[in-house]
Amino acid sequence: MKIANSKVTAERLVRDALEKAKHFDDYHIFTFIDEEGAIKKAKEIDAKIARGEKVGRLAGVPYALKDNFLSPRGETTASAHILEGFTSPITATAVEKLEAEGAIMIGRTNLDAFAHGSSTENSYYGPTLNAFDKKRVAGGSSGGSAVAVALDIVEFATGTDTGGSIRQPASFNGVYGLKPTYGCISRYGVVAMASSTDCIGFFTKSSDDMELLMSVASGQDPKDLTTLADYYNDSENKKAKKVGIIKDFDNDSVDKEIREALKKKCELLKSKGYEIVELEMPALKYALAAYYIIVPAEVASNLSRYDGVRYGFRSEKSGDLDKLYANTRDEGFMSENKRRIMIGNFVLSSGFYDAYFLKAAKARTLIVKEYEKAFKKVDYLLTPVSPNPAFLLGEKVNDPIAMYLEDMMSVSLNLAGIPGLAIPAGMNKNGLPLGLQLVGPRRSDKSLIEFSKELI
Amino acid sequence: MEIKREDILHLANLSNFSLSEKEAGALEKDLGGIIKYISQLDELDTEDVEPTYQVFEMENVWREDEILEQDASREELLKLSKEVIDNQIKVPKVL
Repeated sequence: MKIANSKVTAERLVRDALEKAKHFDDYHIFTFIDEEGAIKKAKEIDAKIARGEKVGRLAGVPYALKDNFLSPRGETTASAHILEGFTSPITATAVEKLEAEGAIMIGRTNLDAFAHGSSTENSYYGPTLNAFDKKRVAGGSSGGSAVAVALDIVEFATGTDTGGSIRQPASFNGVYGLKPTYGCISRYGVVAMASSTDCIGFFTKSSDDMELLMSVASGQDPKDLTTLADYYNDSENKKAKKVGIIKDFDNDSVDKEIREALKKKCELLKSKGYEIVELEMPALKYALAAYYIIVPAEVASNLSRYDGVRYGFRSEKSGDLDKLYANTRDEGFMSENKRRIMIGNFVLSSGFYDAYFLKAAKARTLIVKEYEKAFKKVDYLLTPVSPNPAFLLGEKVNDPIAMYLEDMMSVSLNLAGIPGLAIPAGMNKNGLPLGLQLVGPRRSDKSLIEFSKELI
Repeated sequence: MEIKREDILHLANLSNFSLSEKEAGALEKDLGGIIKYISQLDELDTEDVEPTYQVFEMENVWREDEILEQDASREELLKLSKEVIDNQIKVPKVL
């Protein structure tokens, strides 16, 4: 990525990014752009460079922030009506770390409200358009961030991935997207969706950029006790020999051209001396059902805090306190938010807890073990990210199950806490990007990113 | 299991939503489909399998029992609400 120095000023980099953001305004990428604030920060960095002072590893690098990261610059809306008007007094740890190294946020990006969705169509502010075809979805939930990087507006963008929300939009727009090992990057100051699967990650244009961002953002944070020290740097840079492909995903439910792209990459790996091993992983078939029990349960709990009293939107409809809560939540949430909250309350309610929530938690164990077994046989797995390339706007928005099936090959990683890196894998015959994901065991993030260079 | 309108209204009540008739109808259809989908876990044998709720390497993290500096002050937090009287958030009547 371009970093400011004595020849290229931060102000130039930031002004270029802002100009491009304006040029691509019709893609609905941003929920907020901070021209003044970004230029001010750029000038500060340029002054430091002029004085010969030390600047950070990301000096003057313009980036886009998914609008579910808290920062006092602009409202944090999570693209949800219920957070309208909320300006955070605190800053997310990830944002602090990036900005301490000199990265400059130019704007906040659109998402499915509260990151519930796979197309960015569930945003209160309307959908983001795909970088390669404006009639198609950006993917989601981090659609705005993916398109901001794909259209080369910014050098990188932040994302969150609870079940595929970084990897799927990355693959729909032909960029790199990493969902790290659970606990790599602090979740402090990021709007919570499902606490046991939420991961912070990035969109970039190369593996090297991803490596740099991970070395900046990962690490232990006393404000998020699920982070552990050296999660990222602990990963030994071992020499990989075997790459697994999952037989269970090689069928008609996955687009033919995606399966062909996978085969091509396997041929490439073989020509470089790697062994390709075909694995059966039958437990993964149940990952999506388990995910859509566990995640809604955590969503119902995490989203119970939005009541119109302490911050954000409050319904105008008068009445007593109970009506204030119910009207605010009814008007403030999108349909998909409501579906997930209600499913969550269903699977947790008495009489159904054992049959659904407990059952899903046991299925999760089987999924964790399935991956442990696989990584005894191979170093990494290479799989599709989603069953299809970017679909048409409106195609799946009224069919929740069709939308959920988008995540059939991505959610199991979140349930197991393991890393997945979405990499570009060429184009289909209609000029849409195809993506694949490299999957590794826990804490293998660094070597996984390094290994992705073998696939170019 | 079959999802009926009364189940939807019960779940809406648990979730604190005042749903319109139209929305309740749409949710009845959607939730019915989703519950049918997630019920496929029935066919998975989980006999003698322990549940997993967390995937991080669970360890106790100790610190001194002292009050740390907070990221946001009381004033900043109160400023986020719609109406404040004497450092308290005002809401409509409860009864």
